[in-house]
Amino acid sequence: MAASLDTAQGLSSRPPGRSPRAARLRLSGLFWRHPWAKALLLLAPPLLAFVLVYVASLVALFVSSFWTIDPFTSEIRHIWNVDNYRTLWNASTYHAVALRTIGIAAAVTLADAVLAFPLGYFMARIASGRSRAFIFVAVLLPLWSSYLIRVYIWRLILDHNGVLNWTLHKVGLPAANIGYSNWAVWLIFTYVWLPFMVLPVYGALERIPESYIEASRDLGAGGVTTFRRVILPLALPGVIAGSIFTFSLTLGDYVTPLLAGGASSQFIGNVVYDSIGSQQTPFAAAFAAVPLAVMGVYLLIARKLGAFEAL
Amino acid sequence: MEQRGTRIALAAWSTLVVLFLWFPLALIMLYAFNKSNVQSWPIPAFTTHWFHAAWTSEVQTSLWLSVRVGLIATGIALVLGSSAAFGVARFRFFGRDAVSFLLVLPIALPGIVTGIALNSAFVAGNFNLSQWTIVVGHATFCVVIVYNNVLARLRRASPSLIEASQDLGADGWQTFRFVVWPVLSTALIAGGLLAFALSFDEVIVTTFTAGSQNTIPLLILGYIRLGQQLPVVNVIAFAMIVLTSIPVLLAQRLMRDTGVLRRTAGNVTEAVESAQITAV
Repeated sequence: MAASLDTAQGLSSRPPGRSPRAARLRLSGLFWRHPWAKALLLLAPPLLAFVLVYVASLVALFVSSFWTIDPFTSEIRHIWNVDNYRTLWNASTYHAVALRTIGIAAAVTLADAVLAFPLGYFMARIASGRSRAFIFVAVLLPLWSSYLIRVYIWRLILDHNGVLNWTLHKVGLPAANIGYSNWAVWLIFTYVWLPFMVLPVYGALERIPESYIEASRDLGAGGVTTFRRVILPLALPGVIAGSIFTFSLTLGDYVTPLLAGGASSQFIGNVVYDSIGSQQTPFAAAFAAVPLAVMGVYLLIARKLGAFEAL
Repeated sequence: MEQRGTRIALAAWSTLVVLFLWFPLALIMLYAFNKSNVQSWPIPAFTTHWFHAAWTSEVQTSLWLSVRVGLIATGIALVLGSSAAFGVARFRFFGRDAVSFLLVLPIALPGIVTGIALNSAFVAGNFNLSQWTIVVGHATFCVVIVYNNVLARLRRASPSLIEASQDLGADGWQTFRFVVWPVLSTALIAGGLLAFALSFDEVIVTTFTAGSQNTIPLLILGYIRLGQQLPVVNVIAFAMIVLTSIPVLLAQRLMRDTGVLRRTAGNVTEAVESAQITAV
């Protein structure tokens, strides 16, 4: 220890050398004396890249939603107006699309919460260390296997000649033709986003100290009361955190409705996608602002309920 | 402790949910051996024929494009993401929360918004859609993954380690090599793997930034929509489930706390020793 201090002092009293190490030390010293220089050097490249590419595109998109397309030349006309938003506001087809998107997103969130909560509870409070690790990986792995593949396989399962109808037939039930319908879209979204709900719910439940539950029991509360008054309120931020994922991912998706939905399964994303295809960028931008606004409100509520600490 | 009945019910429910998650994946792996062109159930006959037949030039071109894009986007993400994480973790400055918020925006916003925003920017700027526009699209969300991983690791590592190393005479490079890097390497590898997996699987942003080229997910999407080449899709599904398992399991192992602090303490001594040697 003393030796190293000596060498450090010896070094600083020497005239600045020309060796690479001396140069490196001078640089370190410079950054040490001017920490803002280092902060700038670290933060400027990622932030500049981000602002120039990503934020600028987002702002441009939002601005373009107040422009229109010239019907003859299909060029964008830079005249400020709210026609795109007015179209959205007045046309009932777009209301139906928006309501369907939000409704299915809510139904998916609810189904995922119902599926995930007991699983998270089991992982956090009952399962042994080994089975908890096993379930953890079993939940995590499907999350990273291809999204498209997971949608595709459900198409095969729900198909008229798929596994579902075959099984129903074997047990003597009538065929369920839910392929290519809103039911299929709901089921597939529930399946695809389920891991996003399980992980935060498990995290929130795991953080509840055992002593809280013992205290509740000591004070005479039964299992149901303890669950309702102690566990549920403490786990709620986890559920809300999970719901941010399930809700927002469903809200912005168009691939599942495209592949597994029926004629009346259009989501906001599908209309946006089609509008881009037909060069109607300003209208697409206006409609894309709808899920953004919905998510904005949702996030504000979620923050009030303390979901960000549980992410 | 919960009552026995409750515990059994919860265990049963959990088993069912895990089966619900895995049953479709197991099923698609069976379909990869389906002899028929028609994907119905029960599978009439089994074959391994499609495993050769799926290796078409179209699949190969898409695969290499996906790999190239994934590697470049991950590389960019590693540099920009960890540099931003260092800046945010080590310095207190005005607008720090805004920076954090800005960087997670690409995963907080719906993919389609990112997609059409980049698309209209590329079109407006007269950039031809190519491999590089896909890379830009993917890099936006890959940066977040690396950033989050590195930031989480930096918050757990004590800043006094770095000060100790500097007090003991190590220069910036030595501090980085012997103190920071050992703490950080696993987070970087895990973040990089996850970023690559995400890029490899991405559909929505890619649709809007790809032009006429097909990455593997775009190729599959096209096949599924047209109902063509489904045996090839099955084989790709099989391969992708197997292949994505490997990086996820690896990342999972790396993210587990592997006694970072104990190893770091060893490396501080090492850094000090090497500082002495070079100074002498």
